[in-house]
Amino acid sequence: MRELPTLPMPAPEPPAEGYTRREALVMGLFALAAAATTTGCAADKLALDDFVAKHFKDLSPAELQDRLAQMEKRYTESYGKPVKVSATPAQEGVLFGYALDLSRCIGCRKCVYGCVEENNQSRDPQTHWITVLEMDKEGGVNLQNANAFYDHETVPAPGKFYMPVACQQCENPPCVKVCPVEATWREPDGIVVIDYDWCIGCRNCIAGCPYGARRFNWGTPGIPKDEFNPVTEYLGNRPRQRGVVEKCTFCIQRVRQGLYPKCVEVCPVGARKFGNLLDPESEIRYIIENKRVYILKEELNTQPKFFYYYGL
Amino acid sequence: MTLISKVGNFVTGTARMAFLGGNRYYYAWLAVLGLCIVQASFAFAHQFQYGLISTSMRDSVSWGFYIGNFTFFVGVAAAAVLLVVPAYVYDWKPIKEVALFGELLAVASIVMCLLFVLVDIGRPDRFWHIIPFIGRMNLPSAIMAWDAIVLNIYLAVNLVVASYLVYCGYHGIHYNRKFVWSLVIFSIPMAISIHTVTAFLYNGMASRPYWNSAILAPRFIASAFCSGPALLLILFQILRKVSAFEIKDEAIHKVAELMAYAMGFNLFLFGAEVFKEYYSNTHELVHYQYLFAGLDGKASPIALYAWMSLAFAVISFFLFLIPKTRRNMVTMNIGCVLIYASVYIEKGIALIIPGFTPDQLGQVYAYVPSSTELRVAAGVFGVGFLLFTLMVKVSVAILFERPQAEAQPAHA
Repeated sequence: MRELPTLPMPAPEPPAEGYTRREALVMGLFALAAAATTTGCAADKLALDDFVAKHFKDLSPAELQDRLAQMEKRYTESYGKPVKVSATPAQEGVLFGYALDLSRCIGCRKCVYGCVEENNQSRDPQTHWITVLEMDKEGGVNLQNANAFYDHETVPAPGKFYMPVACQQCENPPCVKVCPVEATWREPDGIVVIDYDWCIGCRNCIAGCPYGARRFNWGTPGIPKDEFNPVTEYLGNRPRQRGVVEKCTFCIQRVRQGLYPKCVEVCPVGARKFGNLLDPESEIRYIIENKRVYILKEELNTQPKFFYYYGL
Repeated sequence: MTLISKVGNFVTGTARMAFLGGNRYYYAWLAVLGLCIVQASFAFAHQFQYGLISTSMRDSVSWGFYIGNFTFFVGVAAAAVLLVVPAYVYDWKPIKEVALFGELLAVASIVMCLLFVLVDIGRPDRFWHIIPFIGRMNLPSAIMAWDAIVLNIYLAVNLVVASYLVYCGYHGIHYNRKFVWSLVIFSIPMAISIHTVTAFLYNGMASRPYWNSAILAPRFIASAFCSGPALLLILFQILRKVSAFEIKDEAIHKVAELMAYAMGFNLFLFGAEVFKEYYSNTHELVHYQYLFAGLDGKASPIALYAWMSLAFAVISFFLFLIPKTRRNMVTMNIGCVLIYASVYIEKGIALIIPGFTPDQLGQVYAYVPSSTELRVAAGVFGVGFLLFTLMVKVSVAILFERPQAEAQPAHA
């Protein structure tokens, strides 16, 4: 296998000890109530554990390790191969940024399907974190004339240009603001994540997101065992349940290990750029400082960390 | 009697009152509601098994009929209690009864609201995440967390007042006026706040220009003043036929007049919104075009309803505004039905769906509720109306049919 390019980043530090711990006094009571309702307590220990599962930020380091081990065991059984679930913390001195060259994108959707495989998105029903919009060159960027469902034999179609959209990883994310239960938040490295075990599926975040980036699991996600990616992250590409929301995480399971996001890697025309915004020597900083860059729906003050530019 | 036996006696006694001694229309009505609930339980079981994929909602239109109904009933709940204000100002005789029936309607409506949210969320088993102290509420920033708080306080206040009044009536003891009226007065600003907070839920989203308008909350309040009283007016007419409940025609006509002003204001606010959108003619006009006509040469499935809602609003406005039609019981009742239907369509269909169509990336998904959604919604209606009917039956029995009350033959 050829060596993949890696992301220039500060040397990783040992994982920080201890997430913010909050004493959940009433949890014991809840366990009792749940035990009473779940018939056959012993057989349904797993269901009970899920029911009383704590918020990610409320887990003590020991509880987190237990939870990770439990998940690995469960997913390994479900998908018939060893599954790794990590909870890699953000590194200091890193703020991830993304740039996409609209003058290069040909609308091939390689990124869409690369993302689906890497991030264990449901194949049936189909979930795509990336939406590629097709627009007329004459009309410029006008979402009202965009078509997400183009279906040509070959791309690019004459007279058209393409604009892939996924989570813009806002600095001021409306989805985080409207979530009633803090199931989604922005990490120190700028990635907006979701705790799939805490999300109640109310879809306020989908209504609040100006970029159509969030996906709801309307049905039970279906992933063929042989296509399942066993390298997963708690707040990233581990399997999602029915009834919760998911979205792009800049491939948190890759970028926190120093790899590029999958979409960057699979783009055949080099339209996708990624790096550390806090590193003055990074490619992403070069693009922002030297190219004609713009962000989507700037007037909404969401301050995305996803930049579009014209490189040619 | 000890308190426990008193309460036990109250529970069994009221249960008997709720189910015994009705006429055949009463039992037929209960049967209809029961059928609604039974058929809905099958539809809900299906939804529970397969997920919300059995609705027509998708990522493009991620809220639909359920949340529209939720919004509508928040309005009904708010306006039901507010009827005590004119009852007090104009010194109607049965102010206690008006307050009580308003509170009962509020209780039933909030129960429907909570059920509509419960059937809409993807993980109803995780409802406890939004309970204060046990879960993890995103305060102060999430409007939905605030909404959960105010709705539950409002439900608790109305439930306490209504059950206390009925309990005192049952045991023939005098209720504590200070306690009851301070809670009733507290529930008036609460009523305004539940509908305002619900409006802010939509209003605060910059991602949805259709909702991101400062007059959304005033529009909510104005339209609620139409739908809530419409239900109560019809109830009052039924009650004075079948029980000793007395309310003068003048009081009923006064409510109709107030509804005319509320509807007039509602139409004015709507007109202001329509003017702004069409005259400025920005990209954001697409949502109104979808509401009233369609996009890309395709007719919108909701346009017919939007026009119906507007027509009903205008007709009922004039029916209630003109003294002659307002005082005629037939035209007034037609007005009640039309105004209720108008606001129901406005909240249930015309508020939510165009907000999502086209979506944030300009894609059009023509949402129409699935049969599962319609059936589950019918069941929630069934539960709410059943609860309301039983509570009203018990209250009427205690207030007007008990020996200690001034027993009067029901006048036909």
